[in-house]
Amino acid sequence: MKIFSKIYMWIIFLILYAPIIVMIVFSFNDGGSLSSFTEFSFKWYEELFHDDAAFGALKNSLILALASSVLACIIGTFAAMGLNAMKSKYIKATISSVTNIPMMNPDIVTGVSMMLLFVAVAGIINIPVNLGFWTMLIAHTTFNLPYVILSVLPRFKQMDKSLVEAALDLGGTPTYAFFKVQLPEILPGIISGLMLGFTLSLDDFVISHFVSSPNFQTLPLYIYNQTAHNVKFSMYALCAIVVVVILCLLLLVNFMGSISNYRNRKKDLKHMGA
Amino acid sequence: MNETTLISLRDVSKAFDGETVLDAISLDIHDKEFVTLLGPSGCGKTTTLRIIGGFEYPDAGTVIFDGKEINDVPPYKRPVNTVFQKYALFPNMNVFENIAFGLRIKKTSEEEIVTRVKEMLALVNLKGFERRRVNTLSGGQQQRVAIARALINNPKVLLLDEPLGALDLKLRKDMQNELKNMQQKTGITFIYVTHDQEEALSMSDTVVVMSGGKIQQIGSPTTIYNEPINAFVADFIGESNILNGVMISDFKAKFSGQTFKCLDSGFAPNEPVDVVVRPEDVDVVPLDKGMLSGTVTSVTFKGVHYEIIVDIGGFKWMIQTTDFVAVGEIIGLYIEPDAIHVMKKSEFSGMFGDYSSYSDELDRLSDVTEENE
Amino acid sequence: MKKKSILERVAAVPHTVWMIMFIVAPMIFVLFFAFTDINGNFSFINITRLAQYSNVFLLSIGFALIATVICLLIGYPLAYFLAKTKPSTQKILVLLIMLPMWISLLIRTYSLMALLDNGGLLNSLLNQLGLADINIVGTTQGVILGMIYDFLPYMVLPIYTAITKIDPKCLEAASDLGCNNFKVMTKVIIPLSAPGIISGITMVFIPSISTFYISQKLGAGKFDLIGDTIERLFQNVGTYNVGAAISLVMMILITISVVVMNKFSGNDDDGGIIV
Repeated sequence: MKIFSKIYMWIIFLILYAPIIVMIVFSFNDGGSLSSFTEFSFKWYEELFHDDAAFGALKNSLILALASSVLACIIGTFAAMGLNAMKSKYIKATISSVTNIPMMNPDIVTGVSMMLLFVAVAGIINIPVNLGFWTMLIAHTTFNLPYVILSVLPRFKQMDKSLVEAALDLGGTPTYAFFKVQLPEILPGIISGLMLGFTLSLDDFVISHFVSSPNFQTLPLYIYNQTAHNVKFSMYALCAIVVVVILCLLLLVNFMGSISNYRNRKKDLKHMGA
Repeated sequence: MNETTLISLRDVSKAFDGETVLDAISLDIHDKEFVTLLGPSGCGKTTTLRIIGGFEYPDAGTVIFDGKEINDVPPYKRPVNTVFQKYALFPNMNVFENIAFGLRIKKTSEEEIVTRVKEMLALVNLKGFERRRVNTLSGGQQQRVAIARALINNPKVLLLDEPLGALDLKLRKDMQNELKNMQQKTGITFIYVTHDQEEALSMSDTVVVMSGGKIQQIGSPTTIYNEPINAFVADFIGESNILNGVMISDFKAKFSGQTFKCLDSGFAPNEPVDVVVRPEDVDVVPLDKGMLSGTVTSVTFKGVHYEIIVDIGGFKWMIQTTDFVAVGEIIGLYIEPDAIHVMKKSEFSGMFGDYSSYSDELDRLSDVTEENE
Repeated sequence: MKKKSILERVAAVPHTVWMIMFIVAPMIFVLFFAFTDINGNFSFINITRLAQYSNVFLLSIGFALIATVICLLIGYPLAYFLAKTKPSTQKILVLLIMLPMWISLLIRTYSLMALLDNGGLLNSLLNQLGLADINIVGTTQGVILGMIYDFLPYMVLPIYTAITKIDPKCLEAASDLGCNNFKVMTKVIIPLSAPGIISGITMVFIPSISTFYISQKLGAGKFDLIGDTIERLFQNVGTYNVGAAISLVMMILITISVVVMNKFSGNDDDGGIIV
């Protein structure tokens, strides 16, 4: 049984990773063939680094991801605060289920509905439809919001209500209490919401596809357009870089997590001894 | 303790979602006094405390502090500090920063903060704990930090909301003494909320017994114990046998089919009354010397004494005695005149006092549920 | 109990306004477009035209169902084995399952196509071994394989989480009460991991039924699934209305299936979306 389960897992992981590994390997293939590896070279990487459009798309992606995740964090954190203080269960349930619609709906429906909104509003106020940064910012913020609320709301719920009262009791104004006591308590939630939103925004292709124009391209849109018809090896190089960057980030996050866990444990042990 | 009134509540009422929690209560609290608000859960004691602290605003009535109305003054502008039920220490700060919190808001100089925090830590027996993170402290230590954090601001009044509720019995007794000492040393008025009558009696100058959003009785611990005003207070404070009786004339009460001499007067002739007799005030005597006689139905050994249940004409009395009696034995009982306390009839009459359904276990169970609330 | 501060009262307002403008309003426009003709007049013409697309719907549902079932069959044992590996290895393996979820589907689909393509590495290896080519790109199997490859991690992770949450004492109790290993599996582990299964099924089925990139790449554009159809219809203004009608139908289909599945698992908030 043990052996069987090991083999089973190995096979699945092999299949899961084979295409990606092959792609990374062949991004160094000088010959420009997918079937046989001729000679190692950085040719495609050089081509990529001279591709201004790719860098433009990367820049756009980063700006959009940062802007939409920060905006979603601001709106979402206040929303979580309001939801937490809200008494009516009915209103609370309505707000959270509407918020979750973009999370449940297929991306394509979210994208299409947003596009229809922009088209229709432009039609109503009689201006040409202008898809681009602003429409994408709205769309990305909208699909980031449920994730931000999902990571911040539990922090509000877990917080001992008398903490804020204690701060007020000791002479702090409500604003002081918010920044000194409440914010540090919910900050981890905000940060994880921010990171989640940032990566989701970087990653999104389908929704962006419907609310963008050729004037403002993000990295996924650029890859999509470049791979639409023919095989481009510089795109292999680009994908390889993206994969490696993601791998590093994921490892970093995990590593940092285990370090802080380790530190806390050590501290606790030390105090128990004292 | 002196007689200057520091805080006055005048006809204060409060309701949550249409449910009355406080029903027009009035209360004076004097300077340097140790006042305990005592009552079962849901009696309104915590709400009273929160109104004084400024966390709740009364629906009606006025709160007067040092002669000024403070109904709408927010908590951070009141010279009052609170020790919260579950301490509410700031988890993102260490012990030092928690205690220094109030001083930092007042922009106190760093040197002064350091000296005063050190003084406070000494007062609460936590020297050397400055840099500890609060979630590594035991319950008792967290308790002390919470007290230090409140006391360092030199409040006129310290509010304590069931501060010992989460501690185990031994620690609780120690902390009771320490709190009383701290109150005497600092001369700060303490307003203390608890549902533990023993705690209330042993610590307070004044006990305020509450039930159903109303104050039942205000008085010194001895008054509350010896002269309860009605059946609720008599039952809630200590053990008591509460009997239906009639005040035949001054100093003469009739209950259990007998007429007894007593020290109470001022009732109308033949007025129906409630009579309280504490279990420890009944003496077990030979049958022929007894004023009453009854059958022993249960005996429980309690260490310093036996707790026996005696059936006298269908009413079960609880009696504490150091003499051993056997179950089924018929014994005589003797009651001194000063052991009899006569109370006017109240809404609580007939609700308490009979020990027919008494069992140790039940009592303990109800204690536990109360603490969980 | 505490009096709410002004900030707490108004904190949710910006979000609510945003929600109405950018979630509710777009949905209303989908409805509006679905029930109007090209001139904006109320009509059922788009709904009646849906009949033309019945094959598209059937094909998409079929593909998505097959992919989901295969994902479940492959994914459940994987999740179970994962949960049984020793903690240190487990952490790394879970990370390996999560990594593909963070890599763009675009990239993963593209890399799979590159591997399987007629001139790709797989076929050249097969040729070297003297075997015939497998032309999987552009076939039904190709599209379904793409779906399985892309969405398998979304099946494994929720099930894995559900299995790790099962109290080991429950399993011991079941053995103690006379269950053999097989019975422990069918009577305890599978029922207790049901929320994970349900959420895994949702997380595979929804993207499978709405995809268009997979069918473009691994189907070589030969298949017209719902996603492809919607994407095509929204390329030009004249067909927005039909596109909206199809989107509406898909939304309704998915909502119904999600509601039905949540009824099955008996709760609607546990097991949730795992990211």
